[in-house]
Amino acid sequence: MGNFGQLMDGFVVALTVHHVMIMVIGVLLGLVVGVLPGLGAPNGVSLLLPLTFTMDPIAAIILLTSMYWGALFGGSTTSILFNIPGEPSSVATTFDGHPMAKQGEAVRALTLAFGSAGFGAMVGVVVITLLSGWVANFALQFGSPEYFAVYFMAFASFIGMAGGSPFKTLVCIMLGLAVGTVGMDTISGEGRLTFGITQLTNGISFLIVVIGLFGIGELLLTIDEGYKFDGVKAKLSLRVIVRTLAELPRYWVTLLRSALIGCWMGITPGGPTAASFMSYALGRRFSRRGKYFGKGEPEGIVAPETADHSAGSCALLPMLALGVPGSATAAVMMGGLMIWGLSPGPMLFTTRPDFVWGLIASMYLGNVIAVVLVLATVPIFAWILRAPFTVVGPLIAIVCLIGAYTVSNHMFDIWVALAFGLVGYVFKKLDYPLAPFVLAVVLGDKAEDAFRQSMLSSGGSLSVFFEGSLVATMMGIGILLLSLPLLTTLFGALFRRGDSTDAGQTSRP
Amino acid sequence: MQITSLRKGVLTASVLTASALAVGLTGATAALAEWKPNRPVELVVSAGPGGGSDIFTRVVQAALTKNKLVETPLIVVNKPGGSGSEAFNYAEDNVGSPYKVYFGTQDAYVLPLGTKVNYSMKDLTPVASMVFDVFILWSNPKASGINTAQEFVAKAKENPGKVRVAGAKAKDADETVVTLVERAAGIDLAYIPYKSGSEAAIQVAGGHIEANTNNPSESLEQWKAGNQKPLCVFTSARLTDKTVVADGMSWADIPTCVEAGIDVKDFVQPRTVWMAADVPPEAVAYYTDLMKKAMDTPEFKDYTTRNVQITKFMAGDELKTFLAEQTKNYEKIYADNNWLLPASQ
Repeated sequence: MGNFGQLMDGFVVALTVHHVMIMVIGVLLGLVVGVLPGLGAPNGVSLLLPLTFTMDPIAAIILLTSMYWGALFGGSTTSILFNIPGEPSSVATTFDGHPMAKQGEAVRALTLAFGSAGFGAMVGVVVITLLSGWVANFALQFGSPEYFAVYFMAFASFIGMAGGSPFKTLVCIMLGLAVGTVGMDTISGEGRLTFGITQLTNGISFLIVVIGLFGIGELLLTIDEGYKFDGVKAKLSLRVIVRTLAELPRYWVTLLRSALIGCWMGITPGGPTAASFMSYALGRRFSRRGKYFGKGEPEGIVAPETADHSAGSCALLPMLALGVPGSATAAVMMGGLMIWGLSPGPMLFTTRPDFVWGLIASMYLGNVIAVVLVLATVPIFAWILRAPFTVVGPLIAIVCLIGAYTVSNHMFDIWVALAFGLVGYVFKKLDYPLAPFVLAVVLGDKAEDAFRQSMLSSGGSLSVFFEGSLVATMMGIGILLLSLPLLTTLFGALFRRGDSTDAGQTSRP
Repeated sequence: MQITSLRKGVLTASVLTASALAVGLTGATAALAEWKPNRPVELVVSAGPGGGSDIFTRVVQAALTKNKLVETPLIVVNKPGGSGSEAFNYAEDNVGSPYKVYFGTQDAYVLPLGTKVNYSMKDLTPVASMVFDVFILWSNPKASGINTAQEFVAKAKENPGKVRVAGAKAKDADETVVTLVERAAGIDLAYIPYKSGSEAAIQVAGGHIEANTNNPSESLEQWKAGNQKPLCVFTSARLTDKTVVADGMSWADIPTCVEAGIDVKDFVQPRTVWMAADVPPEAVAYYTDLMKKAMDTPEFKDYTTRNVQITKFMAGDELKTFLAEQTKNYEKIYADNNWLLPASQ
């Protein structure tokens, strides 16, 4: 139990009044940053970076990571209340969180999200504590074929679960892949699908797509269909919070499954966004209440939130141990580490154990503080919802447009967001699922890079995906997930049992 | 509120520039010493957060702020779009602004050669070149069995097109140096581009790829851990740092590639500082001086030691000659590799 002893030393480092104060400030700043779409954790952390130059590295990393936790929590808030994901990884939370809020249960939705997120983060930190030595070596086993296999599994779990028309899902994935292709290609160094427009060589930012599709798209739909927000029965919000927290253990199967998926995707290069999607998809397939997903089902909030946060915590480990950032935010933090005079890499654990274990200990504390603080903000957010649509509607529009602009300070991005708003509206009207589209935009580009890198290094032979036990296992699971709907229909037809498992006929996840 | 204060800033700035210009006409030397920014200065980076150029810029920011060398705030702005052309495009949009300083590498003058960009070198005023990042050829000694540059060349000759070399991005510094190695040693390698140098290093450390080219700092930790080994360095003289890093070897013990039989010398990456076109000369003088001061701070010295960089400050005519020379070199390499933009041929 060497790790445990070191963790205790870490607590000694992290548990000072000074550091706890920094955590509270960091979490609060993160909440603000996370609530504003577009600003997001990476931008927030890089804004804060200059402040840390004069701090000692431990205080500095605690400030930045606390801000990251705060932003992750804040991102879920707007997903649930306004259908605008504040962070890419909270897109999947909109699928059930927003419908539940619309039914007048915003407080319950927020509490479920924060509670399960806190659980996910804790599992993630425990995994880091126990496996820190092993994970670094494990992550080194990932070459391009393994990367591709991870992405393939994420795609497969989504295609496998899709309710409704499989052709519509296919169309959405293809369109998403096309959007992901826009911009500079890593492998050839050429611009693709830019149509000679300079602004498009930067690619289309995923955040802008999401702000358009969800935020503006939902707004258009509301204007079209009329405002059906049931207001909030927030009078007894404190009691609702407590009751909802007590309700959480009932979803222990979903919690555990999602935390495992999250840790797996955080350690491997999948990342929090892919983790939350995959967890949502698998939750929908394997939960007994799967057919209610998309209509405000509690498990539909618990699944993506748990996975998102456990992946977010676990993703810090490869950054520290290998020097490979798992997310955009981690990249900024890594830059910070180097400026403070630390070099992330395999030797960091031996050269600066106080730093590493102080950070890990602060992750325990930071997440507890974050859960308490966000739960305290729930009544405030619930109160905002009481305002009439004539007030909230224009506010959402303004927040979306400012968000689109802040991503990289481009006027052009505002037009892109508006265009995707229209796309989102049309998709919903025609009953095309948005989730596969979003997933393809997020992962398409990475999956393509990994595939082409594998092909380059194998000289064009597809067998690389089945050589080696790790990659072959992952590809096998992926193929199984992919063929699951086919198998269930086959068996269903054989035993004439109908297709009860295939009934996830949700209109628009 | 921000808008009004900005407007005020613009007003005072133009008044100041005008008066500075007027003074400049009467007594040039006096004005050169007197120009000073009176509002926040943007440090524009031609790369995203976390990358080499970003860290370089933030180290300059930290060095200047911590040592109180500037009175106004410095704000780092990342403009990584279009491989960094976005930053220099921004310079074109802000002609004459003395409140924006641009940080890059060779990208400023190399980008227009191979990509369609919206700026030309006429839109930039060179300020300084501060340090050089060196490039090293690395292998994974355990997985590939390659321990020296000679073994690397021999293995590539035995297996033409089969030895894989990883690097950051396509048609960028890494791929350029790989094509130079191929030509110099008469070998055929398989270049595999990754998103960043550290990603490429991990692929080599994990034994998935035989070799990579990288800046020292990006592979340092993997060298210490025994997962990577430096084969040769692409400079004309050996590095000077004699502190032992790993396996009883120091940076100074790494042979140059020329010594090792691969005739590629002085392939280095300058860290450069620019301003927009038509900026007041006294502002250029101010920032040149400021960058020189930044280089003398302990923070900056730490940075160059840690990254095993070659410190060489260049400004004025020396810098202009250097840039002209570099551009010519790159034009030749790009022509040889058939990477030139059709229009500029």
